[in-house]
Amino acid sequence: MSQCLSAMYLAVVMLLSAGLVGCQRAPSELVIYSSRNEQLIKPMFDRYTAETGQAIRFVTDDAGPLIERLAAEGQNSPADLLITVDAGDLWHAAERGLLRSLESPTLEANIPERLRDPAGRWFGLSVRARTIVHSTQRVKPEELSSYEALSEEKWRGRLCLRTSKSVYNQSLVAMMIAAHGEQQTEQIVKGWVANLATEPFANDTRLMEAIIAGQCDVGIVNTYYFGRLQRDEGDIPLKLFWAQLADGGVHVNISGAGITTSAPRAAEAQKFLEWLSEPEAQAMFAGANLEYPASPAVKADPRVVSWGTFRASELNVAKAGELQAAAVRLMDRAGYR
Amino acid sequence: MSSSAVETQVYSRTQRRDLSVPLVVLLLSVPALIPLFVVVGAVFTPEQAIWVHLASYVLPHVIGNTAKLVLGVALLAGLLGTSLAWLTSMCEFAGRRFFDWALLLPLAMPAYVLAFIAVGFLDYAGPLQTWMRQIFGSSTWVPPIRSTGGVILVLSLALYPYVYLLARGAFLTQGRRAQEAARTLGLSAGAALWRIVLPMARPWIAAGIALVCMETLADFGAVAVFNYDTFTTAIYRAWFGMFSVNAALELAAVLLLFVSGVFLLERRSRAGVRFASTRDTSMRAPRIMLKGTRNALASCASLAVFSIAFLLPFVQLLVWSVTRAASDLDSRYWGFVANSVVLASSAVAIIVGTALILAYLQRRHPARFVNGLIRTATVGYAIPGTVLAVGILVPIVALNNVLQDLLRMWMGPAAPSLLLQGTLLTVLLAYFARFLAVGFHPVESGLHRITPSIDEASIGLGVSGARMLRRVHMPLLSTSLATAATLVFVDVMKEMPITLIARPFGWDTLAVRVFEMTAEGEWERAALPAVAIVLVGLIPAALLTRRGEYVA
Repeated sequence: MSQCLSAMYLAVVMLLSAGLVGCQRAPSELVIYSSRNEQLIKPMFDRYTAETGQAIRFVTDDAGPLIERLAAEGQNSPADLLITVDAGDLWHAAERGLLRSLESPTLEANIPERLRDPAGRWFGLSVRARTIVHSTQRVKPEELSSYEALSEEKWRGRLCLRTSKSVYNQSLVAMMIAAHGEQQTEQIVKGWVANLATEPFANDTRLMEAIIAGQCDVGIVNTYYFGRLQRDEGDIPLKLFWAQLADGGVHVNISGAGITTSAPRAAEAQKFLEWLSEPEAQAMFAGANLEYPASPAVKADPRVVSWGTFRASELNVAKAGELQAAAVRLMDRAGYR
Repeated sequence: MSSSAVETQVYSRTQRRDLSVPLVVLLLSVPALIPLFVVVGAVFTPEQAIWVHLASYVLPHVIGNTAKLVLGVALLAGLLGTSLAWLTSMCEFAGRRFFDWALLLPLAMPAYVLAFIAVGFLDYAGPLQTWMRQIFGSSTWVPPIRSTGGVILVLSLALYPYVYLLARGAFLTQGRRAQEAARTLGLSAGAALWRIVLPMARPWIAAGIALVCMETLADFGAVAVFNYDTFTTAIYRAWFGMFSVNAALELAAVLLLFVSGVFLLERRSRAGVRFASTRDTSMRAPRIMLKGTRNALASCASLAVFSIAFLLPFVQLLVWSVTRAASDLDSRYWGFVANSVVLASSAVAIIVGTALILAYLQRRHPARFVNGLIRTATVGYAIPGTVLAVGILVPIVALNNVLQDLLRMWMGPAAPSLLLQGTLLTVLLAYFARFLAVGFHPVESGLHRITPSIDEASIGLGVSGARMLRRVHMPLLSTSLATAATLVFVDVMKEMPITLIARPFGWDTLAVRVFEMTAEGEWERAALPAVAIVLVGLIPAALLTRRGEYVA
């Protein structure tokens, strides 16, 4: 009986696979590889399809495997667009020649220069600000100034950090290297480690819960995690503080996209990418996850606006990718796990 | 027929097998061997700069951590699994019938989910310590959950069912009669356990612990929740942090080498020992009746493990599903469930079927080459899933590109586009590479039970060939096959990286839904698909233990 079952399964599987190989997709269908997850991007795809009739297929995964797949597929890749949630991943894909340069007045007008690749291979679509969060009961905003200052003696045993495995911390440290050089940055990161109240956390939400519970007083988080906690828990004794990087701004990362080198439907993909940079799509794209729109002309979600305005770092986010490996090595040396 | 004629016949048949068996084994193992070649192949283009860095700042720390973790989990999961299996299959105590299958349920709970819930509940900001601070004013004396001990505890609770299931099968098929015989010969219950029952179950317990060790080595999700650095986290750091997939593959190759070495030692330590038994599936031999305190202790221990490893986390998942994820539940869920079930059951058919064939070929032809080949084909389980997924994806994409070019040469621009890498066939091939060990170990252990003398007796009675397999072997193997099928089914239900990278467009499973939620840190919303995984995973577990009763 089990043999019979096996034979049946095999038949079904063969049929399914044959069907999927054989059925050619409509040649006009856009194909997207995305590490931004489904519930944040699918509404955008649905809206675009409704407006323009352009059909879209997509697959989600972590950026690492998606980029390896893209590289292996080479000329035969079905993918037109790569969407990620980190500038470093886009930089890495571009470095490997997987993304093509675009000339698009629309994108150049809508997306500020520091949020896109200088060579035009990828464009930021939303901004993820990473800044200081503190207890309103035990810390006064006057005590705070910059990320670097969190390595000072007065924060001994009062600092909570997320793991150095988080790409957001890797890009923050990469930007610090860009501003201060490796030596000084290593001293700062060592200072952070010495100030830790407890082992680094696996995610930003746990970190903020630890501050609320009194395990530590201050930490560094992406603002949308703060927004989510505020939305779910209501009144929390936490506040965001707009930190300074050496050149004076808050560290930002992006969620963004680039058109693949081998894109079979490059023109259609460019139209979609340009649509994503327009006001209506920008509000949706950022709003879905309480992020900041990349286009300065578009207002953020009311909850996000309520946290006040900040000046973002002037450094191009491409630096985060360029210096990410160095940042990881530096954090290893500093004992930041 | 003269005896020399028989000898000649046997001789010539052996001669023929010499060539065909290794070839068939090689052919069947190819899908599992290919990703290993990709991984090991990376060694030839070393990333020196990264290795120097890793060797001075990362490896010493993670090797120590990994050793502590694997040893700790092997011990604790081995202890939990074996002792609970002994209690439920050899003894009688209050609630035994319930615990017999209930203790299997944690199998369906993904380790990363258990880890997330445990840390959330037991950490400083969690409800337990908060409550303690309200009452006693301080909770500093509570040992931190985010520690080596904490990871070992959580992984052991998540993984002990592998040992439980295999040991239970061993105890049931071996029959309580062995124990009864030992006691008739004057051994106490304790002595019977240590001198007869446990040694006779050794291949099963060893196979269960081997699976637990490999799963621990490959785990990324659970250790990430604890921010506990292991060899696997170093692999991901090289890949995602330093953008060097090559260094990641090289690290994986080192891991492979280590695992192969350990297995070789374990095999050697029981070389020459045979684990046969009489055909004894007697139901009549009595269980040890636990009375008084012992009865209560057995019930309490079972209840404690069941509650901590399954009941409480499951209630937490249900609460989150209702409070945070109720709006996510829509008609698409039927599709996710169906996709998960189709994949898991197809994988069971392919993997357990092949494992059975491989185990038979190995039994009939125990040459070193065949053994080595099968051993190698089953170490893929110890490699982190994402690395293995890329290891299988890259060669399939290469094949796809070659076929595509041929097609273009033949048909010109009208050629259809091929996309082998986005098909269920690829997903299943990759599952095969990853989970062959899970199917093979139980079946191989089960075959130990069928001695050459059983074959001889059967042939002597005129039952041979396919009839012997069906009438004699299958009933003896059924527990092992069911164990293998359950483990593979539940493992595939929980699998993420392979499904993610190779699934056809839009072909989402329950595990993919968990990924979609956790990718942005929305763990509470991931509770809904996690609950569905547990519920669907329960079905084979329940079926297995029910039929296990009949076998016993």
